[in-house]
Amino acid sequence: MSRSYQSWGNYPKARNQRVIPIHWRDAFPDLQAIEGSVLAYGYGRSYGDSCLNENGTLLDITPLNRYIAFDAERGLIRCESGVLFADLLQYIVPRGWFLPTTPGTKYVSVGGAIANDVHGKNHHVAGTFGRHVTRFELLRSDGSRLVCSPTENAELYRATIGGLGLTGVILWAEFQLRRIPGPYIVQEKIRFGNIDEFFAISEDSDKDYEYTVAWVDCVSGGDKLGRGIFIRGNNAWVARVPNKSAVPKTLLTAPFDLPSFALNLHTVRVFNEVYYHALLTKVQRKIVPYDPFFYPLDAINEWNRLYGKAGFLQYQFVVPYANDRSAIKEILRQISASGVVSFLAVLKVFGDVKSPGMLSFPRPGVTLALDFPYRGAPTLRFLDRLDQIVRECGGALYPAKDARMSPQMFEASFPNWREFSQYIDPKFSSSFWRRVTGQAVSGK
Amino acid sequence: MKVLIIGATSAIAHEVSRCFAADNASLFLVARSAEKLAAIADDLRVLGAAKVETYVADLADLSTHETLIAAARAALGGIDAALIAHGVLGDQKTAQQSVTATLELFHVNAVSYISLITLLANHFEAQRQGCLAVIGSVAGERGRASNYIYGAAKGAVALFMSGVRNRLAKVGVSVLTVKPGFVDTPMTAHMKKNVLFAKPAQVGKRIYAAMLKGEDVIYVPSFWMLIMLIIRNIPERLFKRLNL
Repeated sequence: MSRSYQSWGNYPKARNQRVIPIHWRDAFPDLQAIEGSVLAYGYGRSYGDSCLNENGTLLDITPLNRYIAFDAERGLIRCESGVLFADLLQYIVPRGWFLPTTPGTKYVSVGGAIANDVHGKNHHVAGTFGRHVTRFELLRSDGSRLVCSPTENAELYRATIGGLGLTGVILWAEFQLRRIPGPYIVQEKIRFGNIDEFFAISEDSDKDYEYTVAWVDCVSGGDKLGRGIFIRGNNAWVARVPNKSAVPKTLLTAPFDLPSFALNLHTVRVFNEVYYHALLTKVQRKIVPYDPFFYPLDAINEWNRLYGKAGFLQYQFVVPYANDRSAIKEILRQISASGVVSFLAVLKVFGDVKSPGMLSFPRPGVTLALDFPYRGAPTLRFLDRLDQIVRECGGALYPAKDARMSPQMFEASFPNWREFSQYIDPKFSSSFWRRVTGQAVSGK
Repeated sequence: MKVLIIGATSAIAHEVSRCFAADNASLFLVARSAEKLAAIADDLRVLGAAKVETYVADLADLSTHETLIAAARAALGGIDAALIAHGVLGDQKTAQQSVTATLELFHVNAVSYISLITLLANHFEAQRQGCLAVIGSVAGERGRASNYIYGAAKGAVALFMSGVRNRLAKVGVSVLTVKPGFVDTPMTAHMKKNVLFAKPAQVGKRIYAAMLKGEDVIYVPSFWMLIMLIIRNIPERLFKRLNL
């Protein structure tokens, strides 16, 4: 198994990175002795450059994959930061527990989930992952090891949750799991004809459904603008579904980088049309294993390679929407009119459960995640236009998915970044951090 | 199941132990570092091991061997299966300049194995059941300039194991020689990784299955069987000119 130490979007590509694998939390190399800056690296599922450290060193923490303690009564687990969600699920699900919240891939580390303060389909009730972290141990470059919790080293606790790995290395973490009756989800898919219908269904669903999310067709415009399929679910009170495995095997692996023309306006238009109408009834209800419900894309190993060698950009923003839906509509109009295609478009309304993280991304509003194949300057110019709209209505971009936002856009998204920056470990840095702060710092 | 793991902090041994732990086995772990043993033991307890005992020993010191096996038998109330997995890859280039360094590598990777295998073979022979598994290497099949000291030690162990297997087959004890190819572990941390490198978890699961099934010799991943078949059959006249 070879590792590339790039990011999931394959853009930008970091050069000249040294990699040091970390095998033992009690035999950590002396970070001061390393030349240049360091950054912990897990499974490389951040999309842009927040997990990269060009001309610096990456500390590969994936060998730190041991459990430390599990309180089966309370569902409190303590494990090293390199533990993979996929492995953790295999351990906890048969024991009647689930992750407090999970992103759309299970191939992330516990440390990465904290550093990016990840969110999932249950954000409206559970908040972010960081909210469920009771404590963790942080290694700083001066060799100190600090246990951080809401009551101990509380500022570092808040800075590290969503802190993009800049405050040190998380060695282990303890977090609260969620009780589940079994590995199944009662899933409902509901077709919606436009964005207003989406908001109606979403409002209605968030009260009674633990998990809500929607797929949006970003190609169609006019009165079909923002049409899509709403997916909602609750944990099913059944222990077993006949003749079905709870954890299906990975189906496919993208065998190679597809040529760049494979995903174009026409193929995506056809896909969207078929996918939208494949739902024959307006509402479809069934019991499904948790795996395809939470991780549909994990069924295709290395699906990022479908975007070809040039890679792709993920664009995820949140905009407040309390009374005004014009921003999200305007963005959907821009995308549909631009002819730029997004193969994947995921829409969700965030709740108001607050994260302890200083630099946490989710906030009340509506969030849309889009994929754009990287086609050079036109792609970047187009995203700058979207930035403008997001900024004007007080929205924010998600660092874990970003590869190109400007320092101004970052500052607008995270106005408290200067407060955060005092907790950064001086030895730690990332390509992302230098990009989004470089100008602001030198401009002082 | 009562399982003795020698060299328990090696990444491969840890993954095998995880499989036994998930099966609620009792484990006796032997290694040099108390801190690393503690981290492994916690992990195995969480995964479901009925019991985990740790024992610190420098395995190069042969005088520790009898004591540690006796301690394992006492702590577990017997030994059903044992895995020997410690080892040092060493640096061929520096070691080959020194007789002492060469023999030290041979001592850790071969002599200490022969000592442990002998003691455990006697245990299993008397018990008339069980499984003795040992980590060898594909490097033990042909001498190469780049690592023949390590390779010769692993080759010696494989030959020794073949004899022990022949001896214990008569009493129904399975004797397993594992020949891993490249595995992404601390031992190979300095090497540049390519597609031939396997994950320790994958290797561990395979070894566990082979131990339960009572297999004799396995290559992990299995494609190494084919690679080694070819490598073994290259004529020496040609092989000596290759840079492998």
